[in-house]
Amino acid sequence: MSMRGDDSWLDGDSGRLVRPYAVANGRTSATLRLDLLSMVVATGTGSYGNLEPDHMQALGLCLRPASVAEIAARLRLPAVVTKVLLSDLVDCGAVRAASPEPATSDASERVLLERLLDGLQRRL
Amino acid sequence: MAYNDVSNPLPTAVKLLVAGGFGVGKTTFIGSVSEIEPLTTEELITEASIGIDSLDGVAGKTTTTVAFDFGRITVNPGLVLYLFGTPGQDRFWFMWDELSTGALGAVVLADTRRLEACFAAVDFFESRGIKFVVAVNEFDGAFRYEAEEIRAALDLKPHVPVSLCDARDPRLSTSTLVTLIKHLLEATMVPSPR
Repeated sequence: MSMRGDDSWLDGDSGRLVRPYAVANGRTSATLRLDLLSMVVATGTGSYGNLEPDHMQALGLCLRPASVAEIAARLRLPAVVTKVLLSDLVDCGAVRAASPEPATSDASERVLLERLLDGLQRRL
Repeated sequence: MAYNDVSNPLPTAVKLLVAGGFGVGKTTFIGSVSEIEPLTTEELITEASIGIDSLDGVAGKTTTTVAFDFGRITVNPGLVLYLFGTPGQDRFWFMWDELSTGALGAVVLADTRRLEACFAAVDFFESRGIKFVVAVNEFDGAFRYEAEEIRAALDLKPHVPVSLCDARDPRLSTSTLVTLIKHLLEATMVPSPR
């Protein structure tokens, strides 16, 4: 099984060879609440013997931390289907996820904004 | 890094929105500051239909597929900034709460040849209390306006920054983001009447 994200079930001309919602067995709701900005990463462990090729493709894209939106784009699947796949991977321990946490106070928001400002100004 | 160690936190992800009318240069803007080629993904949004007879059992809901582009800037190893372009062609993105919820702020790109194309975005961010800056994307051949003329034309509040930009230029686009973050920082200093 290849772990690369851009090969199986995709054809250059015709796109995906399987209907998107068949990938998730018709499910559109994930067991875990994931946001487009939830970060996911492979744990390198977990028991995923029963998973489908699309799960393995998704897992292959999680070797470094990435957002749900990025995984969806690279899988060329709707975000809602990607969330189902990723939540299956979290359920079997192969992936760890962290949802974005809104700043709880003005002080923590200010710290966040200052880090952003510092990082962006260094790019100028 | 060993991400199987739960004590090793995942990076914090934050988002800014890039809005404006269709063809105003949102994806160009995102591409000029993003460290990755802009990616595209799509989402289904469900909306209640209004004023239309619905079939029994369909409960007056329709779904719309909305595609959007986004880019990424790794600010530092613990902080990743995502820039989401709002779908320009589709008026239904306003119903898509997930896109705007949790956004720190927004850049509204304006094209002086079609200023009215960004009215909807300005109205939306004002009504949601999402802070934004207006960046005028200076297209070749377009008449140049002063920032204050744009402010008057868009009826912007005095505190909303207006900057001139070239979405193709990484430095000018990054500088627009810096203006936005400074604007957001100022807002945390003064109590806002929410």
